[in-house]
Amino acid sequence: MPLPSARPAAALSVQSMLPALVVPWLAACDGPQSILDPAGPAARGVTLLWWPMLIVATVVLVGVTAAWIVAMLRRPRDFSPEEAKRISRRWVVSGGILLPAASIVLLLGFGVPVGDRMLPRRGEAPLRIDVTARQWQWDVAYPGDGVVLVDELHLPAGRAVHIHVTSADVIHSFWVPRLGPKIDAVPGRTNVLRLQADEAGSLRGQCSEFCGTGHAHMVLKVHVHTEAGFSAWLTERAAAAHVGGKDPAGATPGGALPAPAAPGAARNPPRLVSGVAFLP
Amino acid sequence: MIDGRPDELHQQFEEVWGNPRGWRAATIVNHTRIGLLFLLTGLGFFIFGGLLAMLIRAQLALPDQTFMDADTYNQVFTMHGTVMMFLFAVPMMEGLAVYLIPKMLGARDLVFPRLSALGYWCYLFGGLILAASLFLELAPDAGWFMYTPLSSLPYSPGVNSDFWLLGITFVEISAVTAAVELVVAILRARAPGMTLQRMPLYAWYILTMAMMIVLGFPPLILGSILLELERAAGMAFFDVARGGDPILWQHLFWLFGHPEVYIIFLPAAGLVSTVLPVFARRPIVGYRWVVVAVLTTGFISFALWVHHMFTVGIPHLAQAFFSAASMLVAIPTGVQVFSWLATLWLGRPVYHVPMLWLFGFLVIFVAGGLTGVMLALVPFNWQVHDTQFVVAHLHYVLVGGMFFPLVAAVYYWLPHFSGRMPSARLGRWGFWLVFGGFNLTFLVMHWTGLLGMPRRAYTYAPGLGWDVPNLVSSIGSFIMAIGIATVLVDVLLHFRFGVRAAPNPWHADTLEWATRLPPAAYNFISLPTVDSRYPLWDQPELAKKMARGEQGLATVAHGRRETWGTDAVTGEVREIIHLPGNTWLPFAVALVLSVVCIGLLVKAYAVASFATVVAAILVLRWSWENGAHEESGIGVPVSAGDPPLHWRTHDGPGRWGMGVTLLADGALYAALLFGWFYLWTVAPQWQVPAQSPLDARGLLANALLLSAATLWLRRVLAALRRGSDKGLCGQLAAVAALGLLQSAHLLWLMYTSDLAPKGTAHDAVIAVVLGYALFHCVLAGIAIALQAWRVHYGYVDRAAPYEPIVLGQLWYYNLGVMWSAYVALVLFPSTWGGV
Ligand code: HEM
Ligand SMILES: [Cu+2]
Ligand SMILES: [Cu+2]
Repeated sequence: MPLPSARPAAALSVQSMLPALVVPWLAACDGPQSILDPAGPAARGVTLLWWPMLIVATVVLVGVTAAWIVAMLRRPRDFSPEEAKRISRRWVVSGGILLPAASIVLLLGFGVPVGDRMLPRRGEAPLRIDVTARQWQWDVAYPGDGVVLVDELHLPAGRAVHIHVTSADVIHSFWVPRLGPKIDAVPGRTNVLRLQADEAGSLRGQCSEFCGTGHAHMVLKVHVHTEAGFSAWLTERAAAAHVGGKDPAGATPGGALPAPAAPGAARNPPRLVSGVAFLP
Repeated sequence: MIDGRPDELHQQFEEVWGNPRGWRAATIVNHTRIGLLFLLTGLGFFIFGGLLAMLIRAQLALPDQTFMDADTYNQVFTMHGTVMMFLFAVPMMEGLAVYLIPKMLGARDLVFPRLSALGYWCYLFGGLILAASLFLELAPDAGWFMYTPLSSLPYSPGVNSDFWLLGITFVEISAVTAAVELVVAILRARAPGMTLQRMPLYAWYILTMAMMIVLGFPPLILGSILLELERAAGMAFFDVARGGDPILWQHLFWLFGHPEVYIIFLPAAGLVSTVLPVFARRPIVGYRWVVVAVLTTGFISFALWVHHMFTVGIPHLAQAFFSAASMLVAIPTGVQVFSWLATLWLGRPVYHVPMLWLFGFLVIFVAGGLTGVMLALVPFNWQVHDTQFVVAHLHYVLVGGMFFPLVAAVYYWLPHFSGRMPSARLGRWGFWLVFGGFNLTFLVMHWTGLLGMPRRAYTYAPGLGWDVPNLVSSIGSFIMAIGIATVLVDVLLHFRFGVRAAPNPWHADTLEWATRLPPAAYNFISLPTVDSRYPLWDQPELAKKMARGEQGLATVAHGRRETWGTDAVTGEVREIIHLPGNTWLPFAVALVLSVVCIGLLVKAYAVASFATVVAAILVLRWSWENGAHEESGIGVPVSAGDPPLHWRTHDGPGRWGMGVTLLADGALYAALLFGWFYLWTVAPQWQVPAQSPLDARGLLANALLLSAATLWLRRVLAALRRGSDKGLCGQLAAVAALGLLQSAHLLWLMYTSDLAPKGTAHDAVIAVVLGYALFHCVLAGIAIALQAWRVHYGYVDRAAPYEPIVLGQLWYYNLGVMWSAYVALVLFPSTWGGV
């Protein structure tokens, strides 16, 4: 796995301590859709949450299991009622209340900032891409440039992109695991997802909300270009009279944008944060 | 049982309580039999759902398999989830509670035995209808949560979704009836002296579970009704273009769906809290802590539903709230886990097969709980939501949290079912195969999810890194299946080869071990008075005294089925509950209801309407056979010194039953109003007609009319309580007439309104609210009319004032419905800038 350069020191030290243990696992983390093989800051944030969570959870599980086994196997002895009361209170309070409470505080303390960093930011003027999901394809449009693709997404590397996601029929979910979180494509709404890719290359996305018989095949090819490469690509595409995707039947001819399928778009402006709606 | 007296008493009790054989067995209402039927049927559906799981795993074992096509696969996984959740987990847990609760509480039966039977038959018939759909290749195929618009008519034009909506609603009748019954039995029919504080922990768990069903299932029932109305009658609720919102379905579903998970887990945890102390040879540590933890879990679980919807596009603040709330559940769960550990630590644990399964429960459930906390973290959830990681998590929680305790419980109570002890050897093999196979299947599946494989994909391309983990999962699942088969064989063999069980073979503390093994239908010759939380430990002679008829209610010569009605808090005796005997009615009602269900499915609406009328008549007939009209033992007075029969009082279990039923009903109505306000504020294309389709003044007049009738009824009831039944018949008849007049007026208002329920969600919701009110008013009117008739026959008077008092609550409830409808439909829109 190409180790991302921006890895914070804490995680690095954990890994440098346990290379023998971790390396074989990391090899198993690779994959075109692996969450654990991040290719962008949002996905990397989640990966960095996952490893500590896994370690803490393992420790708790082993501890609880060991306590049970020891309690079953050791020689029983008699406890005075006061002793029993003290011990049981200590167990219930420390294990049942303090341990989970501390874990929750830690988890939220580390997790919430990671989530916040994924959100679209005010004042940012990122590239906007409109994605309309339908049974069973992705219509990808670059507003302003009149470019429309099917089942293909092109992005520049190193810069934030806002994906405006909606659906023309049932609910789908837009997800490119190595870039970051998923967001549902809901008819009548437009959700906005902020993504950013580290470097040029190819990625794979897949619909992750069950949407009928074609669900398993609703795949999205993602091409990340360098900034210059992207501009060149977009200019060329915009100039071309027509656009094509892999599926000619689904492609919209003439480069015209498909009418926004979301009938409710007028009343509900796009939600300006990933996974975040406004309350009317 | 050395002396002759118990056997003689046994004979007498058998005459009143005994179960008929042959085809008349369908008339049995006794809780022991009904509980066993629930368990057996649940087992059947578990095997069915398990076979479907094997099909799923066979399909996913290798990439690009063509063993099943997408359409078949979608039906199979939807049915697997649906069967496991609705036809296995919930009914199994309820069935076990139906079997155990009266025995643990020292009672002879549940308080509404006919309702238990109705619940069972609805469950069986509904389940069979649902299962049949798969063999017709018409099974539901939109996933067990049936998201709209995928499940709506345009995208699911076949009958598949209707099977789910109608079948599940039918099955849920059984869940709700059993829940009502369990709540009232636990609160009002405990052994004398069993204060709330002395209740076995299991009863606390079941009380909580049952209350959660009462409040949690109605939102789904409502959602299913709305979706079916949208599909069958073209009304608009979830359709964006007509002002609906598909996300409303998700709210209604998860408003049910999240509590559902705890509805499955809590009774299983109750089994752990019951079985574990017996093998630890000491009372559970921190009884009060556990009670508080259980109640807290039940409470919090209603505030978590949005954690299933983090990727929908919910406001960020709401996500943060639901995320933190979800994690908080770890605390009450942690309290329970550590009180179990401390109980073992402080006890003198002995090893038996049930303990092995409890160990498996602990490991797997804790692991599932830990991944659950991870999933509650929003950014992590955004990544793994709807992947195989979630499938792994939910099986750790459900299989670990429900199936393992269930098997422990089956081994533990086997002597109860068969009179024989389980063996140790085969049981151990079964356990390790299941435990190993389970972890092989699902531990690896977390990894598959992290590698990005979505759930509900019928196949996958090779080269994505998913091939090996999927193959491992499939192999593991077949090992697990072999393990489950081993357990089944072990249990079957034990019926033949098991050693005869001694009385109370595990030296348990709870009263169900004071019955014969297997128990007689009446449970106990005489009903115990308890003075401790652990009656069989602290009152060693109690079981023998009960069997010798030296405790309460030991006579049956009057021919009545009787059990104690006690105070909800103190457990003091208040009345004798006079229980109905065996009858065809529940079976017949369920049968006719399945005709309704099938009629709606095949769109034979004339048949369905006719069957509905028949069902209504049968139910009214059922209500006729109550109180002073019971066939048996009316003439014989109660023994001197005993309290009165419940229908001679003002406050028997029926009042509580009505109250709890109205809670469920109110939850449904509240969900409906939630939908109304939700659509007003959130629906992307909400449309309000320029002119109100409602006659606001007519509605006000209607509500006033109902108020007048209800006030009149209230005066009649107050007089009845004071012991006066002067003019009772005429007054009740007049109240009924007034009520039915009001219903007719309401119908007329609806008929003459400009409502266009097919046009906009706005009008569709109004139509449903008014329809709901109308249904209730008609029901209340007919019920009071019948009461007038019963007064005429002499079944109801000041010596038997019970039934009109029970019905009074329905009238007050209707008044609340009518006025809140007026506020929500007329006043709210006019202040919100509508019309
Ligand atoms: C006997 C062993 C079991 C195996 C091997 C198994 C296997 C599976 C698999 C592979 C799926 C994923 C289907 C998909 O996403 O395409 C699944 C889904 C599911 N299972 Fe199981 N399962 C088992 C037992 C259970 C039990 C005991 C329960 C509940 C008490 C349960 C409840 C569910 C639910 C609710 C789903 C989700 C269905 C949906 O996505 O609509 N399963 N199961
Ligand atoms: Cu999909
Ligand atoms: Cu949940």
